[in-house]
Amino acid sequence: MTVPTESAYAVSPQRIAAMMLRYWYLLRSSWPRLLDLVYWPTVQMITWGFLQYYIATNAGFFARAGGTFIGAVLLWDILFRGQLGFSISFLEEMWSRNIGNLMMSPLRPMEFVIALMVMSVVRLSIGAVPVTFLAIGFFGFNLYGLGLALVAFFFNLMLTSWAIGIFVAGLILRNGMGAENLAWSIMFLFMPLTCVYYPVTTLPAWLQPVAWALPPTYVFEGMRALLIGQVFRGDLMLDALALNAVLFAAGIFAFLKLLQSARRHGALLQTGE
Amino acid sequence: MPPPPPIAVERLVKIYKTIPAVDGISFSLKPGSITGLLGGNGAGKTTTIATIMGLTTPTSGRVMVLGANMPKQRYRVLHRMNFESPYIEVPMRLTVRQNLTVFGMLYGVDDLHGRIAELGRLFDLTDLLDRPTGRLSAGQKTRVSLAKALINRPEVLLLDEPTASLDPDTADWVRAHLQHYCRERQATLLLASHNMAEVERLCERVIIMKRGRIEDDDTPARLLARYGRRTLEEVFLDVARGSSVAGEAAQ
Repeated sequence: MTVPTESAYAVSPQRIAAMMLRYWYLLRSSWPRLLDLVYWPTVQMITWGFLQYYIATNAGFFARAGGTFIGAVLLWDILFRGQLGFSISFLEEMWSRNIGNLMMSPLRPMEFVIALMVMSVVRLSIGAVPVTFLAIGFFGFNLYGLGLALVAFFFNLMLTSWAIGIFVAGLILRNGMGAENLAWSIMFLFMPLTCVYYPVTTLPAWLQPVAWALPPTYVFEGMRALLIGQVFRGDLMLDALALNAVLFAAGIFAFLKLLQSARRHGALLQTGE
Repeated sequence: MPPPPPIAVERLVKIYKTIPAVDGISFSLKPGSITGLLGGNGAGKTTTIATIMGLTTPTSGRVMVLGANMPKQRYRVLHRMNFESPYIEVPMRLTVRQNLTVFGMLYGVDDLHGRIAELGRLFDLTDLLDRPTGRLSAGQKTRVSLAKALINRPEVLLLDEPTASLDPDTADWVRAHLQHYCRERQATLLLASHNMAEVERLCERVIIMKRGRIEDDDTPARLLARYGRRTLEEVFLDVARGSSVAGEAAQ
């Protein structure tokens, strides 16, 4: 048997791999789960793509702003599906009443979190990659044409989605399945504030500082700058990264504190509603 | 210096909001011993076991497992412990082999394939290894949970109703195996059960809890003698119905 280290913060690649394997087995065993990963991104992309196509043929500005709607849809999907992928993998443990097994095993909280982060990328790839190719086929919009900017967008959006996912997981551990709804709905609070489909200047002046406090706002602004103005705004990406670092650290801190509180209140014994 | 006891509970108190679930209990278990933890619903058995496993934090008092203070130092010893409970399940969509693989990896088990094959033979699961766990009968699922509980050859094993849903023949076989396992590996077993015949057969010591406190703690034979009863079930009923005074008088 391998000798584990004592620290709660030590990380074992084998235990992370064990958790990833667990989620991979689960995905493989259920075609509805796989279908669900692709279904909504496809429907959303097609709906918004046709809307953009209609507007572009009827208005000069949008004709120049080619791809901003589809680009926004695809990037929003990275943010939303990233968080959902994290949260659903976590919820699978609650639904299967397996969380007690994990919490009483040598699995460290950080290993659990890392496995969930990796699985959110896997789930996102299964769902979103085919959709990006459909976007090329249907509307001639090539997300990969964004090049290195796409890497910066993707990384920043994933960091935000993980931070939110980690926080929601902590809330569910502490408060039980009554908090499950947050996993499905929390990201929609960010949708109007992060200015997915319109510039920040569209918001009332008093709300704009709130928007600028959220990392995804910088990504969506950066995308519009790239698609409309053909300029890659590295400064926006760095600002997003700095905010994401704070948000991610806060998410981890909240998760650990909520887990500690769950242990204190016996919430890990009662993981129902 | 002698090795620390596998489990030492010292003046453990656990209060949920204002309700005491465990109220100042103390006990210590010897290596290789099998102890029964008895008590009616709400007696505090589950909270006691959860605290020993580090799943919940004591309000006051101390729980030491293999020399580690739980839950603070739990990562020093969790790989040497395991448990099984009907209230916690292994993932139903995964096959038996997949479940044992995942838990084997989490516990850092060497030669995992060999260990899974061995547990398959031991718990008569060989033909079921590639079946989804959710499609097994209740008894087969219990055997899977027990296989998971033994995957890491634990030195401290906590079992909650280990033979629930098993037919009498399989239950008897599981008890014999648990006894053999503890004897062979000097493993310490704490067993929560409502099956008094099982406790009588397996346990060399019985701790009876009521309303978060230890009402009695002795060998089955001495408990029977003290309460003037023929079975542990009768002793349990005496304690549950508040007849401990009668028991003391009988003593």
